[in-house]
Amino acid sequence: MMTLKVNGSDHQVDAEPDTPLLYVLRDDLKLNAAKYGCGLGQCGACTVIVDGEAVLSCVTPMALVEGKQVTTLEGLGSADRPAPIQRAFMEEQAAQCGYCIAGMMMRAQALLQRNRTPTDRQIRDELVPNLCRCGTHMRILRAVHRAARMMDEGSAASVGRGGAR
Amino acid sequence: MALSTRIGLAIVAALLAIGAAAFALVWRPAIAVIDPPNPETFAPDLVKRGRQLAAIGNCMTCHTVRGGSELAGGLPMATPFGTVFSTNITPDPQSGIGYWSEEAFQRAMRSGVDRAGQHLYPAFPYDHFARLTDDDNRALYAFLMTRQPVPSTRRDNELSFPYNQRPLIAVWKMLFLRQDGFRADPAKSAEWNRGAYLVEGLAHCGACHTPRNRLGAERSEAAFAGGEAENWQAYAINAQSSAAVPWTEEALISYLQRGWHAHHGVARGPMAQVVDSLASVDSGDIRAIATYAASLSGPRSPEQVRRGEAILAEAAKLQSAPAQTSTSTSSPPAASAAGEGAALYAAACASCHETGRSLPFAGIDLRLATGMRAPDPRNAANTILYGLPPLEGERSPIMPGFASSMTDQQVTSLLQYLRTRFSDQAAWSNVAETVAHARQAQAAFLETAAQPPNIAVNPPPRDEP
Repeated sequence: MMTLKVNGSDHQVDAEPDTPLLYVLRDDLKLNAAKYGCGLGQCGACTVIVDGEAVLSCVTPMALVEGKQVTTLEGLGSADRPAPIQRAFMEEQAAQCGYCIAGMMMRAQALLQRNRTPTDRQIRDELVPNLCRCGTHMRILRAVHRAARMMDEGSAASVGRGGAR
Repeated sequence: MALSTRIGLAIVAALLAIGAAAFALVWRPAIAVIDPPNPETFAPDLVKRGRQLAAIGNCMTCHTVRGGSELAGGLPMATPFGTVFSTNITPDPQSGIGYWSEEAFQRAMRSGVDRAGQHLYPAFPYDHFARLTDDDNRALYAFLMTRQPVPSTRRDNELSFPYNQRPLIAVWKMLFLRQDGFRADPAKSAEWNRGAYLVEGLAHCGACHTPRNRLGAERSEAAFAGGEAENWQAYAINAQSSAAVPWTEEALISYLQRGWHAHHGVARGPMAQVVDSLASVDSGDIRAIATYAASLSGPRSPEQVRRGEAILAEAAKLQSAPAQTSTSTSSPPAASAAGEGAALYAAACASCHETGRSLPFAGIDLRLATGMRAPDPRNAANTILYGLPPLEGERSPIMPGFASSMTDQQVTSLLQYLRTRFSDQAAWSNVAETVAHARQAQAAFLETAAQPPNIAVNPPPRDEP
């Protein structure tokens, strides 16, 4: 058994140290926002935040997350109380099939936590590891800019629980 | 005349002579400014040849910074003496070389002096470019002067005393700069000589692949014995090569043209930028470079060949029966450092590096990776931390970096394990220091390099000049 800190609470999980974090999140904790895309760290659909950094959970074994804070999309906000990044993606209608969007939001969130005023170039560079096969890239870019403005305007009330720092 | 007066005069005369000699050593005249030439005055064929030459010389990589215009300079280059910023070589009159005559350009290439007569730092590899023919310099000049002029803000070098004193460069040149041009070896083939001219001159391979002395000059007695660039180890490409399978001329041609070879892996770091540049070069010149480069390591020993074949046979076994999942590699308990490294390899690396699928998109069988057998773990550390970042708008191999998820200590254990498991070489020393340094040096490199250090697979044809 090992302790996994996810979205602010501790979970006792029965996992081998070499089990990918993604499997534990989805199969054991039923947190299904992070998606299984390629399983090889090539598409970004599985992106979560670990200690403030965007991490590909499919190539991150449990041994690497012991004692660290893991944040998934569920930790940012809910359908009732969406976080700024989630509201921005909805308002820009940035999802088509939606499979990549959780990962996109998590990587964008990690960027916005360190840089509240990213340039278009910085957003593009940051999101390079995340693929979208539908082609909503321009909307995703707009959504990240919108989220940056919302977070900058200090809509503190809608910052989700779980406190991804 | 009293003896003391005569001695005094002699001292004055000696000082004047020393002064005159120093002046002659250091001083170079300015070459008159010209009106920036009309691009249409250059013959298209000359410009086209200049473009090919610029690609062989890889001018773009150093003279372009992330987010800046091509050839407009500004790339910080870390040296042991401080940081040198590359210059703008577009024909912008104020900040570029728009006022430079061809004579001024020829002089800069041959002797590292700018139009105004100022000595240039040898970060600009004129110790190699001095071997270029006037004709090739003329073509390069035509190519550069027909580019879009781009104004830029000049950044001052950040060098410590005394290295910030440009007159001292004249002394460096006296010691290390040979200006006798390229001499062909009549005993060798025309192709070999063409390759020697390119490798020793314009392509300046030794600038990275030859170790440097304490004054930053290439050690000619250790030519091609391995040097460095941007905190990447530029492997030895002479007889001391660390390659698991010995390089052949055919392998080099393929590697230089495509950026990868099944027996050696994918070019990364600054070499990825080199092969990206070479993609537009005529295959004849690539063959010539490969012919000469292959000759640098001399004939392969039977033992080297046997070892290479044995490693390839092992790798072929994996290809026919790949590991099913990452967890199928039995992982020893993670209590010891070796155990931790093995567990990390099994969990984070094996799922790509043991698939048995073929390059360039799959992970290389690490027994074949030169980085595992290299004298120090720098390149492996850079790659584990930052992976192979994808190229925008291109098909490229991708490896995720682990800088965000692995601590320095974990990367260190992993490297130590990889060295034991995938090479027959002695353990690396100072691994932890190398990892800590790689973490910040690579972050800085990735931030300033004009594009991610990765290769485009089957790049689309380039625009014509």
